[in-house]
Amino acid sequence: MTVAAPAEAATPRRSEEPRRRTGPLRRIRRSYDQFWYAWAMCAPVVVILGVLVGYPLVLGIMYTFTDATSLNVGHTIGVNKIPDTFSWVGLKQYVDILSGPDNQFWPHFWWTIIWTVSCVAITVSLGLGLAVLLNRQVRGRTFYRVLLVLPWAVPTFVTIFSWRLLLSDGGAVNHLLGALGLGQPEWLSNPLWQKIAAIGVNVWVGVPFMMISMLGGLQSIPAELYEAAEMDGATPWQRFRHVTLPGLRPVSSTLILLGVIWTFNQFNVIFLLFGSTNGDSVQILVTYSYRLFFGQNPMDYAGAATVGVLCLSILIVFTEFYRRWIRRMQGAQA
Amino acid sequence: MSQTPQVDKGSQAAKKSRGRGKRGPLASVGLHSVLAIAAFIAAFPVAWVAYVSLGPGEYDYQHPQRIAAHPSLSNYDHVLNHTDFFTWLGNSTIVALGTTVVGVLVAASAGYAVSRIRFLGRGSLMYTFLLTQMFPVSVLIVPLYKILANTKLLDTYPGLILVYCTTAVPYCAWLLKGYFDTIPVEIDEAGRIDGLSPFGTFWRLILPLARPGLAVAAFYTFLTAWGEVAFASYFLLSPDKFTLAVGLQQFVSQYNSQWNYLAATGVLIAIPAAAFFYLVQKHLVTGLTAGGTKG
Repeated sequence: MTVAAPAEAATPRRSEEPRRRTGPLRRIRRSYDQFWYAWAMCAPVVVILGVLVGYPLVLGIMYTFTDATSLNVGHTIGVNKIPDTFSWVGLKQYVDILSGPDNQFWPHFWWTIIWTVSCVAITVSLGLGLAVLLNRQVRGRTFYRVLLVLPWAVPTFVTIFSWRLLLSDGGAVNHLLGALGLGQPEWLSNPLWQKIAAIGVNVWVGVPFMMISMLGGLQSIPAELYEAAEMDGATPWQRFRHVTLPGLRPVSSTLILLGVIWTFNQFNVIFLLFGSTNGDSVQILVTYSYRLFFGQNPMDYAGAATVGVLCLSILIVFTEFYRRWIRRMQGAQA
Repeated sequence: MSQTPQVDKGSQAAKKSRGRGKRGPLASVGLHSVLAIAAFIAAFPVAWVAYVSLGPGEYDYQHPQRIAAHPSLSNYDHVLNHTDFFTWLGNSTIVALGTTVVGVLVAASAGYAVSRIRFLGRGSLMYTFLLTQMFPVSVLIVPLYKILANTKLLDTYPGLILVYCTTAVPYCAWLLKGYFDTIPVEIDEAGRIDGLSPFGTFWRLILPLARPGLAVAAFYTFLTAWGEVAFASYFLLSPDKFTLAVGLQQFVSQYNSQWNYLAATGVLIAIPAAAFFYLVQKHLVTGLTAGGTKG
């Protein structure tokens, strides 16, 4: 993973520059003669992704221009095939969702942004902090590492079930808070505390992955740099600021990008923590869209797909800006 | 990971009264207490499930202090002997291992091609991988259902394995591409000179060298498939095909909530995942490192 995404796009473009002069067909032909085996090696991925992601996506985008629900999309009951009967409505779905009377989208949208930003910020800093600690000579490092990775290694539907017990009104967390003389919030029913609980649990789930990846990045920073910095009299904080952070940039820039994408689309945590019935305000766009789909009858497929497509567009725009920003930073450095 | 140079370890610099990277006792205590607290927070919810699973009564989870007085293994007995646990376990294993094998192979070959060969469309392929991580489940689920139904793959293991591959392969290909980048190209060239085909080089030289990277990819793929809920509950119809994640939901339905059985099953599910993790954890850091070193 951790290959910096921006460098990726820049390299091939440069290498293909001289070949641009020949016609596109000839270029493809020549590339094929030369690299047919490379294409053969990529073929399985391309076929799988094309059929199982590309085609559904096209279909999904198509549905956003219709009024498809579970009643009028073609389906099969036993031997009876019911054909599609939905009709085209143009941009109506988008208009309804973005400025419709029930106005559900924007609250969910802002909450999704807060959720993504705070989750990624907390997860990355905690992961980095723990990685720095684990990168030292510590007795029992393997022991700590195994324990710290547990939230990643155990499936989320088990751990989140456990969090539900811990955070319930009479659960262990509130017992602890009570013993400390603090308040005992209703983690799973009060809208504000629901959000805090959701962020907390997602951070708990996400830190191990960040930590392990950051640890990998830390170990690729040459020790000589630290020695040189120390010879020049850099304090530990300066070493961290000017050696560790720049050295981590190839790893961290990709990790942050992936973190944002994964958190934005984080389905399991919120779905499993709050179930499919309660906690309306805590739903992020992805679970909101899932709810439009499964939470009502008839299932509003067009609405769900529209929210999904909006999520996708937000992420694409974000990725594009992020990559440009990273590229400019790299350019400024070089 | 032990072969990599330790940041704070240095033997030759003895300028200060305390050698480089030697901590004072206070710093050591601080370091260990921070790590211990973090480890406790990380492990506690997992341990809690194990503890709750020992309480035999249906409502014991609400009164955890009762459990310590009369711990019993009756939940495990019920789960193992009176439910379809072994069917679910078998299904989960088939699906997770199948996804791991197919996913890692497919991801490795694509990652290798992208890492080594400057063919046309290589950059856009990597970008597409990133793009596929952005799709919300809800856009894909109905069209996927249709495709699987049309190809008769609905409610089958291969169907679910293919669907899981779409979520795991892009990331793994990216990871492995980073890893292959760190293997010197000279090895490929030597293989080619000795008469191996491009596929032969890949299969016989590069894959064995990339074992740590493959271990990480395998771990990631396995976990993705092992813990997935949404697709599994929608694409598996017959009870004898249920995976653990789907089967588990039967304990907590609208009509009853047998949290004690759920806890016991949770522990039984966590054990294989944790064991698998323990096997690959030595490689985990080195494998993830590799991607980062070549930006």
